[in-house]
Amino acid sequence: MLLTVNNLSVSFGGVHALHLDHFSLGEKELRVIIGPNGAGKSTFLDIICGKTKADSGEVIFKGKPVLGKSEVQIAELGIGRKFQKPSVFPELTVYDNLLLAVKTKKDIFSTLFFKVSPAIAERIHDVAARLQLNTVIYKQAGALSHGQKQWLEIAIVMLQDPTLMLIDEPAAGMSDEETEKTGALLLELANTHSIIVIEHDMKFVEQIANHLVTVLVRGKRLMEGTFEEVKNDQRVIDCYLGRTNAQLETL
Amino acid sequence: MKTNNKPLYYILFVAIFAILLPAAYLSGLLSINTISIWGRYFCFAIAALGIDLIWGYTGILSMCQAFFFCLGSYGIAMHLVLQKTSLPDFMAWNKITELPFFWQPFHNAGVTFALCLIIPALFAFFIGYVLFRSRIRGVYMAIITQALTLAMWLLFLRNETNLGGTNGLTDFKTLLGFDLSSAQVKLSLYLVSFAVLCLAYIACHRITRSKFGKVLQAIRDSESRVSFTAYKTANFKLAVFVLAALLAAVGGMLYLPQTGIITPGRMDVKASVEMVMWVALGGRGNLKGAVIGALLVNFLYSLCTSWFPDSWLFILGFLFVLTVLYFDKGLIGLVATVRQRIPGLHFKTSQTTNRYVADSK
Repeated sequence: MLLTVNNLSVSFGGVHALHLDHFSLGEKELRVIIGPNGAGKSTFLDIICGKTKADSGEVIFKGKPVLGKSEVQIAELGIGRKFQKPSVFPELTVYDNLLLAVKTKKDIFSTLFFKVSPAIAERIHDVAARLQLNTVIYKQAGALSHGQKQWLEIAIVMLQDPTLMLIDEPAAGMSDEETEKTGALLLELANTHSIIVIEHDMKFVEQIANHLVTVLVRGKRLMEGTFEEVKNDQRVIDCYLGRTNAQLETL
Repeated sequence: MKTNNKPLYYILFVAIFAILLPAAYLSGLLSINTISIWGRYFCFAIAALGIDLIWGYTGILSMCQAFFFCLGSYGIAMHLVLQKTSLPDFMAWNKITELPFFWQPFHNAGVTFALCLIIPALFAFFIGYVLFRSRIRGVYMAIITQALTLAMWLLFLRNETNLGGTNGLTDFKTLLGFDLSSAQVKLSLYLVSFAVLCLAYIACHRITRSKFGKVLQAIRDSESRVSFTAYKTANFKLAVFVLAALLAAVGGMLYLPQTGIITPGRMDVKASVEMVMWVALGGRGNLKGAVIGALLVNFLYSLCTSWFPDSWLFILGFLFVLTVLYFDKGLIGLVATVRQRIPGLHFKTSQTTNRYVADSK
């Protein structure tokens, strides 16, 4: 297993945001996590990438413990994160955004005397073309549309070349056509990377869920299964419809 | 003035200050004092470049640049005082018979120059290390650095610190054997200051264009994204903080022999806020803006203090409010906006540019 999570728990001001007994992800697996608002999906990714500190539990990535490491150490281990709210560098051009992401030495002296090699430039243009950013590559990132910003952040994560990509709501604010393209891209990336995707849009989930879907509710794992299983599970339907359910209460 | 990327403006800038002004002095049109005053403005502009790097590019509002500036000035001042006397007068008045230990290294010119750079750099490194490791940012950074400057100001005011107290250090005669009161030395110092400003500008320009500079701007835009992209942001912030401190110190070192006095007043709260204002008014996040801001605001200062001596702070405050409200990119941003508003208009000379700036106010 590439990523193993055991008894992970975190609470904010006494509220249990997440209490996950077990979660594991294999090599080159694409996992979709769904769940109603406040289920702890983003919090889960925040813990893995080092943004939020967990209260207890363990997260093992490539056989190494992740909890307690800094964001930079975790990124160096090979975990890349795309946030729910697109987080790019608005004052820099799209090209510079991508240049900073490229996996190279990232200390002060290497950046001070950095020269763009043809291989790196090619790689940047390549990824930009895949995400249809090639026409806006010298534009300021702040001037992009919401959907383009989403793609730019995915491109940033791609250029970091992580083993594990954590993708939070990639299709939010996108048109149907853009959503489908994003889905196709994620499926393609899944051939070479492990990916965890958080998503609300069920049509999109159906498109990309090639293996397993995990359902989180109130910080706990409700169930895990294929998209068909999840879709037809009465507990999932109930919690999405918001009906109180005896089974849910006892979980 | 440099208002555009075109080399013409750089050439114009260099021509005015490196040739026209000295020529005007040599032909008797300008007094040596005017030349010396502009030499001092260049020193401020060097410090302003540092402020632009740390604040305009990296987004860290440091209020202790005036302190670093003074460290450079005080170092040179101590050396100059020791040139003419073995024990400064104020120490004799305070009944001190032996030169304090920390004055001793300043007998030697080379050691003095080195210490003027090493001391501010070490200070900046220590302060930055503590603040950035604790992830202090935003307004807290500004408050802490301002408090630090205030503390240092109070320390330098004390007679017991043996740095001249409120009166500071003054009455210098020679620097490296040259008579500081001679016009030729003053002109040379002016030219040296200008050359250092140009070198500092080129260096800063290179830095901001490098990937390092882009990381700095990325930190300003979204520091967390930079961390998650595997850059150790604390190291980058520390590096630029030390660099800004060095630029301030260099400015201070050149400032001292041209002004002939250094007092703790150079680093009081007003002075440290004013330094940030130069960059804000000129245009932060733009090196040309920092230089132009420092030169113009100080030029305005000398005009206003002779025309309306009591209202300078009101004028500066009013300009600052205007900047914050209407053109947050400063003068440089205003020029750019005017250019965009009037399409098809191409400015041939800086005179027309300045006229449109004036019109739009």
